Amino acid sequence: MRAVIRGLIRFVFVLALIGAVVAWFLSAPDRLPGAALAGLTGDAERGAMVFAAAGCASCHTAPQAEATEAPVLSGGKRFVSDFGTFIAPNITNDPAQGIGGWTDAQVVEAVMRGVSPDGAHYYPAFPYDAYAKAAAQDMLDLVAHLRSLPVSDIASQAHEVGFPFSIRRAVGLWKLLFRSDEWVVAGDLTPEQTRGRYLAEALGHCGECHTPRNALGGPERANWLGGAPNPSGEGRIPNITPAGLTWSEAEIAQYLFSGLTPDFDTAGGEMAAVVRNTAQLPEADRAAIAAYLKVVPPVASPVASLAPAPVSQ
Amino acid sequence: MIRLRTLVLMTAATAVVAGLAVAQGGPDPIAGAIIARQSHMQLYQHNIAVLGGMAQGNTEYNAEAAVAAAGNLVALSSLSQMTYWPVGSEVGVAEETRALPALWTSMDDVIVKATALNAAAVAMQAAAGTDLAALQGAMGALGGACGACHESYRQPD
Repeated sequence: MRAVIRGLIRFVFVLALIGAVVAWFLSAPDRLPGAALAGLTGDAERGAMVFAAAGCASCHTAPQAEATEAPVLSGGKRFVSDFGTFIAPNITNDPAQGIGGWTDAQVVEAVMRGVSPDGAHYYPAFPYDAYAKAAAQDMLDLVAHLRSLPVSDIASQAHEVGFPFSIRRAVGLWKLLFRSDEWVVAGDLTPEQTRGRYLAEALGHCGECHTPRNALGGPERANWLGGAPNPSGEGRIPNITPAGLTWSEAEIAQYLFSGLTPDFDTAGGEMAAVVRNTAQLPEADRAAIAAYLKVVPPVASPVASLAPAPVSQ
Repeated sequence: MIRLRTLVLMTAATAVVAGLAVAQGGPDPIAGAIIARQSHMQLYQHNIAVLGGMAQGNTEYNAEAAVAAAGNLVALSSLSQMTYWPVGSEVGVAEETRALPALWTSMDDVIVKATALNAAAVAMQAAAGTDLAALQGAMGALGGACGACHESYRQPD
């Protein structure tokens, strides 16, 4: 009897060991291919528009920092989630505390693959799943722009994430399950809709907030942009598919410019920061985002549609 | 020189308020302040709607109407709001308001943002009389100024 139990224990142990080895390999960092950036150089001025569309300043500036033309991306903002609280790092060109000592390729790999120069995974609070679809040239332009911004030597803070989510390597398995390089909205799109898709799905990462997530925090692509509970706990992030958002394209474009709704109320909460970014883009880009939103598959929403809210109370 | 119609309306309004005060045994300063500031916001909305309608091509661009609406925004954003924000009229304490407690602890910032709104309204007043393109361009700063204050000090939906 004892021998059987010992044998069983040994069997389970070996199984667990094999499982761990398999998981180790499955969760390996997915590096950027070396040829991805061949022959390209970054342009900091073009990078300013990528920077605005990608919204880096909204997450990486210090808490309570005022909006400015040359933001200091010293980090420190806290993002509460079901998995813990993530704290945005310093991504200024500081050689010790930021990206100053990294090559351009390493920065692009971090942004597009969520992999650090040491080969560690970043948590998907960083929307690399979206940026993975960005054009390599845009990413290099972005890096050039980042390097032109003011430098800060404020140290990045560690995330407040408990076990088992503190096992960074496990994020590799999450990536395997939920990362995708495919566009969500497929099919024949006009050039304007295609540009809008690029801005929304690759750079603007709208889906990060507007798409519901499953229990493991993976996006439900079948309900793309269909709305989600607000991670900060209160209220809901709206459904912006045509089933939830009935504004005209002109009204959407106006909102992305001035933050004014068709009722002339204003964007509130996190969207105010988003509008500060989209306001910097060329008008054609805002129109393109609006055009894209009209061809997103409608998602039936359990909550009321984004009807214009009354100004009072 | 007050117009007769204005004088009649003011008298009627005063009578109503006085009547209500007598009926309730004195006006409720908290509720009154909340109503006043929300009415103030509705006046913003009404006048911004004139400009926004033209900006989006829903109504014909009319320089005179646009300048008048922008002028109203300048006037509104210049009014003293000293008595609009009594302590005790914030979310969690008073009813029917979305004003967050942070507004009272960050008054310096509130004033900065209020000043920015006034500046945006002044810029719109100049743009509105120039041409439609200028008006459209000035919508950004106007909406942005409204949003900057709401982002920090108004309870989200």
